[in-house]
Amino acid sequence: MSNRERIDVRFKRKHLLGLEELKAEEISLILDTAENFKEVSERAIKKVPALRGITVANLFYEPSTRTKLSFELAEKRLSADSVSFSKSTSSVKKGESLRDTAENIEAMKVDIVVMRHGSSGAHKFLTEFLDASVVNAGDGQHEHPTQALLDMLTLKQRWGSFEGKKVTIIGDIKHSRVARSNIWGLTKMGVEVTLCGPPTMMPVDAHRMGEGGVRVEYDLRKAVAEADAVNILRIQLERQESKLFPSRREYLGMFGITEEVLRNAPGECIVMHPGPMNRGVEISQEVADGERAVILPQVTNGVAVRMAVLFLIAGGKSSEAEIN
Amino acid sequence: MIKWKNRSEFWITGAEIAAPGRKKPAPGCIHLKRGIIEELVWKKSVETDLPVLELDGYLLTPGFVDIHTHLREPGYEEKETIATGTSAAIAGGFTTVACMANTDPVVDDPSVVRYILDRNEQAGNCRLYVIAAVTRNLEGRDINEFGLLREAGAAALSDDGKYIANARVMRSALEYAGMLELPVISHCEEISLSAEGLMNEGYYSTKLGLAGIPAETEETAVYRDVALAGLTGSRLHVAHASTAGTVEIIRRAKERQIPVTAEVTPHHLTMDDSMLQDYDRNLKVNPPLRSREDVDIMLDALSSGVIDCISTDHAPHNEIDKEVEFDLAPPGMIGLQTAFALLNTELVETGKLGIAQLVALMTESPARVLGIPAGTLDKGAPADLAVIDPDEQWVYDRENNRSISSNSPLIGRKLTGRVQGVFVGGKWTSTV
Repeated sequence: MSNRERIDVRFKRKHLLGLEELKAEEISLILDTAENFKEVSERAIKKVPALRGITVANLFYEPSTRTKLSFELAEKRLSADSVSFSKSTSSVKKGESLRDTAENIEAMKVDIVVMRHGSSGAHKFLTEFLDASVVNAGDGQHEHPTQALLDMLTLKQRWGSFEGKKVTIIGDIKHSRVARSNIWGLTKMGVEVTLCGPPTMMPVDAHRMGEGGVRVEYDLRKAVAEADAVNILRIQLERQESKLFPSRREYLGMFGITEEVLRNAPGECIVMHPGPMNRGVEISQEVADGERAVILPQVTNGVAVRMAVLFLIAGGKSSEAEIN
Repeated sequence: MIKWKNRSEFWITGAEIAAPGRKKPAPGCIHLKRGIIEELVWKKSVETDLPVLELDGYLLTPGFVDIHTHLREPGYEEKETIATGTSAAIAGGFTTVACMANTDPVVDDPSVVRYILDRNEQAGNCRLYVIAAVTRNLEGRDINEFGLLREAGAAALSDDGKYIANARVMRSALEYAGMLELPVISHCEEISLSAEGLMNEGYYSTKLGLAGIPAETEETAVYRDVALAGLTGSRLHVAHASTAGTVEIIRRAKERQIPVTAEVTPHHLTMDDSMLQDYDRNLKVNPPLRSREDVDIMLDALSSGVIDCISTDHAPHNEIDKEVEFDLAPPGMIGLQTAFALLNTELVETGKLGIAQLVALMTESPARVLGIPAGTLDKGAPADLAVIDPDEQWVYDRENNRSISSNSPLIGRKLTGRVQGVFVGGKWTSTV
């Protein structure tokens, strides 16, 4: 419990737009708070009154199953009042503008807006018009901070400390908000990050990403050789149109994570995936269900991390996270 | 504010005059007669019985010339009109502007050219030249009636906003335009490479998660058009050059005597892609703001003469258009009213560019590119002048902005050097 005394501080930010803007201490605060909240989900009555009277609106402009469910559960377990809105929009201008929708929702006196949106920077845009707090549940190819935080919580539970650890992120780095948030979060905590994927999926100047840069390695076997964890990104098969890789079988052969590939990795190396998985493309069936996989604990941690984020954004102290 | 009652013949005395061809401004007096420059003498005062306008402490230049403006009329009058756009122009010291063809209807018919010229006559702010479209409805397929368009008053041809993807169409356009001595202005962008691009490709596009537009998008397109200018011997002008590679291609083309000229915008001379970190839609332009290295090279290229002139690419979009997610916002920023003040603040005040050089790049040089009688103080030239207080500090804001649209990242910025007003054909208009 000494841990909890140490972190008895408030989170001073109004919004959570990304991990780029957070300091290492703030990331630690969120992870420690999440650790405290984890226990709530294990009770028979999975509810604390921490956010009673707080209203949260979940705006999902892109399809999402687990992130949306995870936020909704987090809100319910904190006793917040929440409403959800889903709308699939392609990036064409039609219907009501984002600004108008958001202002309308705020006019109904919402305290926190959780949003997923297909445009990079959409949350920054929203903060120009809203008084409510904005929590980023994924913006375009920019950031997905709560996903990275839950990945990091999973790693921390396994490792105890981040210092000196090595994580390899594999797949479509270029189009991945999960990768960007993980790179910011992990490098700030002192983790060495390696990126691996075909050059068509590697953004320009990828090595300059994060705090202090990352390693880029195109050879999968070399990329996993010293990894304490691998984080496998979902391959978006719909991107096949833009010819980022020639075929599924070639991708599986060169960048798919199989037992054979993992024989090159240290024995303790764990396997993460933000889901939804394409089994048999970026990850083999054996690995997905194997002993190294921590994919379901990631999902469990997702609820705790989102409880922590909502609680801290609403102004809660980390020590109060134990409230019954 | 300068008070002056219009007269048909008078002298302007006491000002420092920046005349193209001279290294530095110097005290001089100008004799204006019936809308024409009668005489320029390099003395601080003259003895005369004619009325005299004393402009001690002011800088006097030829009226600025902008050969790349979007006035949005006809068709998009909610963004800008010929009257408001040219009003912004004179407040920025421009006495001659040339407007692009991507209106609705497109300027691909002589009647549209005449309509625009008529509307400008009614507005009465400054001189206007019309740039007609190269291809029917800007579709890049069939070339327009250049002869009839020229007869109606078109001064140049451009599908600006779109690259003519088909090389054979561009070749025909250059050949045919060459016969009529009309320059073809090319918007160089290999669209299959920029695809869904939203900003310059580089570290910042990677960081922001915005699809990148590599410099090669522009350079491959410039290279093709330069090659076609070489093939046809016709005049090509490269609009809004923005990359180091473009500069290199144009430098080599000029060495080989290919008849090519190029322009650069004020924003590509002063702003870079690192400034997009807050997803400011007013910094979304096409071509995109490039790297700091490119910005520095563009300035060098102006100084060395590889790039010929400065053009604003004034592109109005109103708040409704721009108050959307970054990827949905149309590219473009307005610039007529701030071009001089921005460049004076960022380049002249910092010692990177001489004031006389800047004035030449905004007057004589662009006029020469289009082959129009403007931008000089020579005897017999139109009496088009800008009067500037080079030291006045002012804030560009929504109140003094004369465009209908306010899509400028400079709104709220303090700038040094303010245009006080212009003479157009000897007629004074105060703009402060």
